[in-house]
Amino acid sequence: MTAFLEHYNYWIAIFLMMAGFYTVVARGNLVKKIVGLNIFQASVFLLYISMGKVEGGTAPILSGKPEVFSNPLPHVLILTAIVVGVATTALGLSFIVRINESYGTTEEDEIQHMDDEP
Amino acid sequence: MLSGIYSLLMAGAFVVLDAVDVAFTEAAVGAGISTVLMLGTLHLTRSREKIPTHGAFLPLAVVLLTGGILLYATTGMPAFGDPDAPVHTHVAPRYIEETPEKIDVPNIVTAVLASYRGYDTMGEVTVIFTAGVGVMLMLGGRKRRRDSDKEDGV
Repeated sequence: MTAFLEHYNYWIAIFLMMAGFYTVVARGNLVKKIVGLNIFQASVFLLYISMGKVEGGTAPILSGKPEVFSNPLPHVLILTAIVVGVATTALGLSFIVRINESYGTTEEDEIQHMDDEP
Repeated sequence: MLSGIYSLLMAGAFVVLDAVDVAFTEAAVGAGISTVLMLGTLHLTRSREKIPTHGAFLPLAVVLLTGGILLYATTGMPAFGDPDAPVHTHVAPRYIEETPEKIDVPNIVTAVLASYRGYDTMGEVTVIFTAGVGVMLMLGGRKRRRDSDKEDGV
């Protein structure tokens, strides 16, 4: 039980991660797949940020007096990751728009079916 | 729409976890730009989903198995908020101690992002540029082709 209470941040991150993973795998709609990827991505952000948290710490901004800071390095990593994540989302969505123009659908099954036809 | 609310809630969680810079970025970029992009795509395509034809059993099994393995792995991780975790004892104290003397920027995240890891940030800009070029190639060429089709038709 104590193991659960001490690690609840990881449990939340894993729950969100699996929710996103399920959306990516089980849904045939390409837009929903991208939404699933975004959920997955945000769970990884949460995992990193929660690892950087120090009990009783404050935001890593120097105010002159000695304080306990949360670890700033995961914050830097995740700042970069958020921006890169949006760039990849934008590219993925533009692919979907293009696929919709060529095939007239955003369902994976229908695209596969059309490709299989001679 | 829900995706945007999710991003905003995530930004709130980041504030609680002392990551104010990350919260700002998530609120602006995740909740703002991503939602606009998503709504734009739904406008350009169709917003109704077809009912899935295949069962959800296999994906569910895969997801539960992966989740179970990950949950098992957390037992080896340091506890939440533990100041003695390996993350906090390796190089992080050095950054916190040296930033006021060497960089003289009060926000340590800014100091690391712009000064210690300046090249990394430049690489990030390259990634965004590449993605922007990709989107322009995917969607920009389309308009011109449609115009030329129209000209051919006339």
